[in-house]
Amino acid sequence: MKKLNILDGKIEMNHGSGGRAMVQLINEIFQEAFANQFLLQNNDQAAIPVEKGKIAFTTDSFVINPLFFPGGDIGSLAVHGTVNDLAMSGAQPLYLSAGFILEEGFPLSDLKRIAESMSNAAKNAGVQIVTGDTKVVHRGQADGIYINTSGIGVIPQGVHISAHLAVPEDKIILSGPIGDHGIAVMAERENISYSTPLQSDAASLNGLVNTMLKATKEIHVMRDLTRGGLAAAMNEISTTAGVGMVINESAIPVRPEVQAVCEMLGYDPLHVANEGKLMAICPADFAQTLLEAIRSHPLGSKAEIIGDVVADDDSFVEMVTNLGGRRLVDWITGDQLPRIC
Amino acid sequence: MKYISEFRNGEIGRELSKLIGKEVQPGKSYNIMEFCGSHTHAIFRHGIQDLLPDCIHLIHGPGCPVCVLPINRLNMAIELAQKSGNILCSYGDMIRVPGKDGISLQKVRASGADVRIVYSVMDALEIARGNRSNRIIFFAIGFETTTPPTALALKIAKKEKLENFYVFCNHVLTPGAIAGILDNPEIRSLGSIPIDGFIGPAHVSAVIGCQPYEYFAEEYQKPVVIAGFEPLDILQAIRMLVIQMNEGRAQVENEYSRAVKLEGNPNSKQQVADVFELRKMFQWRGLGSIPYSGLKIKSGFSRWDAECQFEISDQSIPDHKACECAAVLRGVKKPPECKVFGSICTPETPLGSCMVSAEGACAAYYTYGRFRSRGGAS
Repeated sequence: MKKLNILDGKIEMNHGSGGRAMVQLINEIFQEAFANQFLLQNNDQAAIPVEKGKIAFTTDSFVINPLFFPGGDIGSLAVHGTVNDLAMSGAQPLYLSAGFILEEGFPLSDLKRIAESMSNAAKNAGVQIVTGDTKVVHRGQADGIYINTSGIGVIPQGVHISAHLAVPEDKIILSGPIGDHGIAVMAERENISYSTPLQSDAASLNGLVNTMLKATKEIHVMRDLTRGGLAAAMNEISTTAGVGMVINESAIPVRPEVQAVCEMLGYDPLHVANEGKLMAICPADFAQTLLEAIRSHPLGSKAEIIGDVVADDDSFVEMVTNLGGRRLVDWITGDQLPRIC
Repeated sequence: MKYISEFRNGEIGRELSKLIGKEVQPGKSYNIMEFCGSHTHAIFRHGIQDLLPDCIHLIHGPGCPVCVLPINRLNMAIELAQKSGNILCSYGDMIRVPGKDGISLQKVRASGADVRIVYSVMDALEIARGNRSNRIIFFAIGFETTTPPTALALKIAKKEKLENFYVFCNHVLTPGAIAGILDNPEIRSLGSIPIDGFIGPAHVSAVIGCQPYEYFAEEYQKPVVIAGFEPLDILQAIRMLVIQMNEGRAQVENEYSRAVKLEGNPNSKQQVADVFELRKMFQWRGLGSIPYSGLKIKSGFSRWDAECQFEISDQSIPDHKACECAAVLRGVKKPPECKVFGSICTPETPLGSCMVSAEGACAAYYTYGRFRSRGGAS
């Protein structure tokens, strides 16, 4: 069979109809990129040896626009996002599935680029993409490409990390500057360019988590900051654990270029998406040890202790502002909308 | 000069707070209205009220163009959006505001109407150029800050003979709104809402300058200090107002001198004068009908005036029965004093526009300050 025309070729409906064309697409793009013994077996499932301990299992779907942005693309994001969701439980991420919904007319060259990006991200994170699915929908649907990744990992013995474990007097640690991803994507989408190029911070955090767990297992909660930003993560945890939080604005790192774009458009960095940052909550006695461990890793060099967990029946997250005043850090309502005047 | 970090410097802010504390006189009350919604937002976002002595009371004004737009005007925009072949372009906040029966632009978009969020009127022009078989209508709202760009856009449309671009004009004027507040019986004759001075709007003043406020300062004997949006701007402006009030002066002062000139921006003002004229009357939410407070498009540009080119019904639509936005806009009630604040009316399920707009007092209080009424609505 003639090889796929990656250069000019486009996705057609028969690439999703379960026939030879679909098998060719899977072999020449996905098998080629992901290359592992599980996929080579050509089964509808991957048979994986059962590990002792607890299995962590997660799923996430990716519908981002634009597909390619400074610092990443929908493919690398699909790997990092699911790896991170596993890593936040303390699990060692191991295996991912990848489901693709492709729009008729989607360029094969873009698909190949995305598959290769996923392969690189998976190699760097030490995970394998072992099973997948491909569907094709009519032109006008799926915005080019949608990806779902699900993942499994194993939580080592003695590691118990969960949102409901946050208790008053715990310390809250942030691994680095917030808002990079959301602002980089938005600048790309709206064709806004700056003298300092903005990059997404998209990264797999399991290496950082390993470093943290080597330093101490006394970690109550970990959460990677994604949509809704730091504000969403804090509110999720405080609501689940039935506690409040008080954080200090002056302790929260934000890059000047991210701050500048946020101010111009009326966005609050606390609500802007991240893809390579985490929040950790631990007993006060272990906070300094944990902070130093995070800072020793390249993805956590700018980490800070940003606040405390407190008793609060209303589960409010309050912030002491730079001025010394107080404000609530609330959930975002809908999408952040650019300011009028 | 790093305008963000330097004008948010905590140390200087706390120093200013101490200076204000030294200026206030014992037994005296200082009631200051910040006219502009962005100032309300900034005050809550930075927790500025926590740096002021108890005798200074901040009253939230109606300077939020989304909040003061009456429902019937929003409904006209929704009607325009629902006509087949029309693309309605709007600033972000407007799309969540509930109109008649709680229907918003966001809801009609979900039902198939072509409603697009734009950052500026220039984006709407671009959409018009790229979609010649559609009619693109820009939902123009805002005080004097956003009016010059709309004027420019109409001039560009005329020059390019862009046949499919229209503006639905709801631009309003700050002096009109200030008059509406000060002439309000609650303030003028009953004196039940004391207002001793104003923090003047920042970007509006960059366009209109300082002179338009002199009438109010003189006639009503209320000092006006024009302030920037950063915390140090606001604190310094409050200090300047306290000093004026102590000295019994009622002058217009300009704290935001890095952006506001005495004469404003003459070019912007000329662009506006070329394209717009005053409406005899304009209905404001919360403030009633105010003469010469709104703008309409001049006849020379009527070809691009949505009100001239489309048949849209303008029926008076009352606010939701339980909604107390009108009282909040006039400074008569604080948001938590509204019976439905935080319970039925929240940013996710707003009854009125004050809870929707980022510049609305209710949204500012709910988003940043509802821990202050702990134990109440949450």
